[in-house]
Amino acid sequence: MSLNRRKVPAVPGPGIRAASAVGRAPSGQRARLRFGIVVFPGTWSDADCLFAVQDVLGQQARYVWHMEADLSGFDCILLPGGFSYGDYLRAGAIARFSPVMDAVKEFAAQGGLVLGICNGFQVLCEAGLLPGALLRNEHLQFRCQWTHLRVENASSPFTSACQQGQVLRVPISHGEGRYFADPEALAELEREGRVVFRYCESDGRITVEANPNGALNNIAGIINRQGNVLGMMPHPERCCHSLLGGTDGLDVFLSLLQWRARLANTR
Amino acid sequence: MPVTKEVLDEIALTEQEYRLIVERLEREPNRLELGLFGALWSEHCGYKHSRPLLKLFPTDSPRAVVRPGEENAGVVDIGDGLGVVMKVESHNHPSAVEPWQGAATGVGGIVRDILTMGARPVALLNSLRFGPLSDPHNRHLFEGVVGGISWYGNCIGVPDVAGEIAFSPSYSNNPLVNAMCVGVVRLDRLVRARASGPGNLLLLVGADTGRDGIHGASGLASRTFQGERELRPTDQVGNPILEKVLIEACLEATEACRDGIVGMQDLGAAGLTGSTVECAGRGGAGVVVDVVKVPRREAGMTPYEVMLSESQERMLLIVKPDWVERVKAVFSKWDLTSATIGQVTDDGLVRIQDDGKEVASLPVPVLVEAPQYRVRGQAPALLKELHSFDASRCPLPAGGPNEALLKLMASAEAASKRPVYRQYDHQVQNNTVVPPGAADATVLWVKGARRGPSGEGRGLALSIDGNGRYVFLDPYAGGAIAVAEACRNLVCVGAEPLAITDGLNFGDPERPDVAYQMEQCIQGMAAACLALGVPVVSGNVSLYNETDGQAIYPTPVVGALGLLDDVAVHATAAFKRVGDVVVLLGAASADAEAATLGGSLYLEQLQGQVAGRPSIDLELEARVQRLCREAVRGRLLSSAHDCSEGGLAGALAECCILGRLGLKGSFKVQGRWDAALFGEAQSRIVVSVPPRKLRTLERLAQQHDVPLVRLGRVGGEQLVVPGLLTVPVAELAAAWCGGLA
Repeated sequence: MSLNRRKVPAVPGPGIRAASAVGRAPSGQRARLRFGIVVFPGTWSDADCLFAVQDVLGQQARYVWHMEADLSGFDCILLPGGFSYGDYLRAGAIARFSPVMDAVKEFAAQGGLVLGICNGFQVLCEAGLLPGALLRNEHLQFRCQWTHLRVENASSPFTSACQQGQVLRVPISHGEGRYFADPEALAELEREGRVVFRYCESDGRITVEANPNGALNNIAGIINRQGNVLGMMPHPERCCHSLLGGTDGLDVFLSLLQWRARLANTR
Repeated sequence: MPVTKEVLDEIALTEQEYRLIVERLEREPNRLELGLFGALWSEHCGYKHSRPLLKLFPTDSPRAVVRPGEENAGVVDIGDGLGVVMKVESHNHPSAVEPWQGAATGVGGIVRDILTMGARPVALLNSLRFGPLSDPHNRHLFEGVVGGISWYGNCIGVPDVAGEIAFSPSYSNNPLVNAMCVGVVRLDRLVRARASGPGNLLLLVGADTGRDGIHGASGLASRTFQGERELRPTDQVGNPILEKVLIEACLEATEACRDGIVGMQDLGAAGLTGSTVECAGRGGAGVVVDVVKVPRREAGMTPYEVMLSESQERMLLIVKPDWVERVKAVFSKWDLTSATIGQVTDDGLVRIQDDGKEVASLPVPVLVEAPQYRVRGQAPALLKELHSFDASRCPLPAGGPNEALLKLMASAEAASKRPVYRQYDHQVQNNTVVPPGAADATVLWVKGARRGPSGEGRGLALSIDGNGRYVFLDPYAGGAIAVAEACRNLVCVGAEPLAITDGLNFGDPERPDVAYQMEQCIQGMAAACLALGVPVVSGNVSLYNETDGQAIYPTPVVGALGLLDDVAVHATAAFKRVGDVVVLLGAASADAEAATLGGSLYLEQLQGQVAGRPSIDLELEARVQRLCREAVRGRLLSSAHDCSEGGLAGALAECCILGRLGLKGSFKVQGRWDAALFGEAQSRIVVSVPPRKLRTLERLAQQHDVPLVRLGRVGGEQLVVPGLLTVPVAELAAAWCGGLA
């Protein structure tokens, strides 16, 4: 499966949000997406992810214990936030050795969709599925707050329901979220359009003030070269219901649903 | 007497208490046995000076399933087969010694109190007090405590949703760190902390036992400090990741093995001693423990050290023998150690063995019945002088009202606490509907409950409050106000107050003036509970909060729980719409007597005085609270915010700042402007109302016999009170946001 971003037009389907936000799958889509939500000891966004994809969006989902090694049967693997194994060495540094991570690498190599959120992003970097690393926030404090994200690449499977340049309002909750990569890797990410989300002001301007952790180039989320593995520090699963302060996180999950529907149509 | 005074001092028992032990045992205790007494007869575990007073609290309510003292925490029935478990607990002394770990383990301990009942912890709250931040040591304590709470709470995935912080020189070197946890449990899954059924096994799970925290309960929490700061070895060290795993494993075990788990009890103060003996006491049974079976962190530990260690992140389960392997399997799945360390017996004794050899044997009832003391209280001599204070003699601030308001909003106590709560994950678990800072109480979604009219189910409202200044000046009124304000916070979001938990922080209870403060304060709190119809379901007492003979302000902290039938129908504090009418509920005019400045933040910050006498009319308070709740539920209000520290002007300023909207005031003030703007008369709530709903609100207020007064309309970019105040909202916001940064 090739996910070359240039070949796929990024036009969100009409009415997707209206149909899905009330707890049903988007109209016209028969098969539900099958999500696997990986649980390490210390993961705490697992239930929040389940709520977003299963309760709000009506998709299939189940937890995948970190000792499991078989991910066949899933369309998308979510690596949720938390403190896997306590993050005692470095965020995500121990989780990468667990059996499930070998399976995740295999799953990704075969083109499966992998979304790492917060600690999940850290795990993906430690496992070598994404370049760079996440360092301690520049101000050395934990931050739980709303941020604005500019969609820098709306043709990925994770953003295809968004418009290029659209601003999403999504919360962060981390102490180690400062994205760092060496100059070559950073230049490559930028050149190849693999920076997917950037911290910005509510009007989309990229400023120092909008950067909550000192991340290089205000980077909040990146994708691998094949386009099927996304890591992001903000928590889209926390803003999928109007009661919880916002629904912009739905755009990420709806993109996946739409991506899958389009693949089915082109087959 | 075969023991020396040094030995007794180490475990904080008096010679008289030692003689009582000998008398009750009819023999001399050995050193280990004496250690057990020291722990269980400590003020912290035994409530020696507070138990008779705590009986004054009303605890009856059709919703109170478990009352204070019966279990580790109180349980409130919220309908649909669900219960809310809640408790507040202090970790003042450990936090004074080592703020980061002290505060962190305080969070860990209260979470296990909730977990031990089979409930999933869904919220953390905290109430903090420090000396002024201009002193570097106070700042060190403040940053350490906030950092420790942030670290532990964020790791375990329990949102920290509400709190309060105040500053006063009386808390210098003796910070108050009161942590509260709230859990939700299916009532048919409630787990009791009882050891019953002879032959049932004691399973110790979680962390290995080390030498940390020995004498934590007796030495640290039950004495005053004599200026010593090097007490670090008595402090405990937390491991939040272990706690997170322990939460998941215990909840999985109590669900999967619910027919095999007879009881569960966390290991907190006095470690294994406290948990085994208290479980046996509640179950009316005996226990035998072999210390050699306790997994240890280090070699060479004596039975004394094993029994009194306060190593964190441990739980004790009482399990039927044929279920042990299944229970252990759950814990191994989560990579947790579990070990059978003893069993329940029917001889009413706690027996400690060391590899089969008996090293201690004591009757459980003697251990759990600590002596009780009632010190005759005597009003502090200073009180008379403080009460005779006449605020009308204070010169009005030369800078005028605008400058006074800006100064007040920038004070650490009034300022925005965002620099603190943004370090806490307040969203995890996806239930936070009204986050910290947006309203007087936090609102959480109870997703498992029946759906209300909006289709979104019920909500919990949570608040924690307490004003030490008021209690210092008038312990009775101050105690009553603490309860009233915590509940008032709940009605401001539209919730019905259901129950409170109390954290009582006082000085040395053996001093008559402190004894007076305790008894008056508790009576005042009890009166407010009765007037407002809320029971006390759990609580904690922290005494000996003194440094070098100087007691803290007597500080009761009240954690309050409210229920919203429909979580979507609630109010927040921010002004919402231009043109809304701003109304003050609970007063017929904005004027106030100079006496309402007594104990106010204004008096402290702008006049440099802590004096006067706060007061409250509990009947008016109850009527105002009913009115506000009904008005929110009837969707009459755009916003609601109570007048507390900072008075009317402080409340209006916050409504403006949060809503980024101004106020065009239309009221005039007679008498002193500082009293009208900054007086802290109780039972007042600022609301904003769409004009077409104003009549309905006024009729409702009449029905409830509550006075009200129109203050003006929402609009513009300034907070304006004609002839008095004109301050741009942006300037207010800058002052308020920067006060604690």
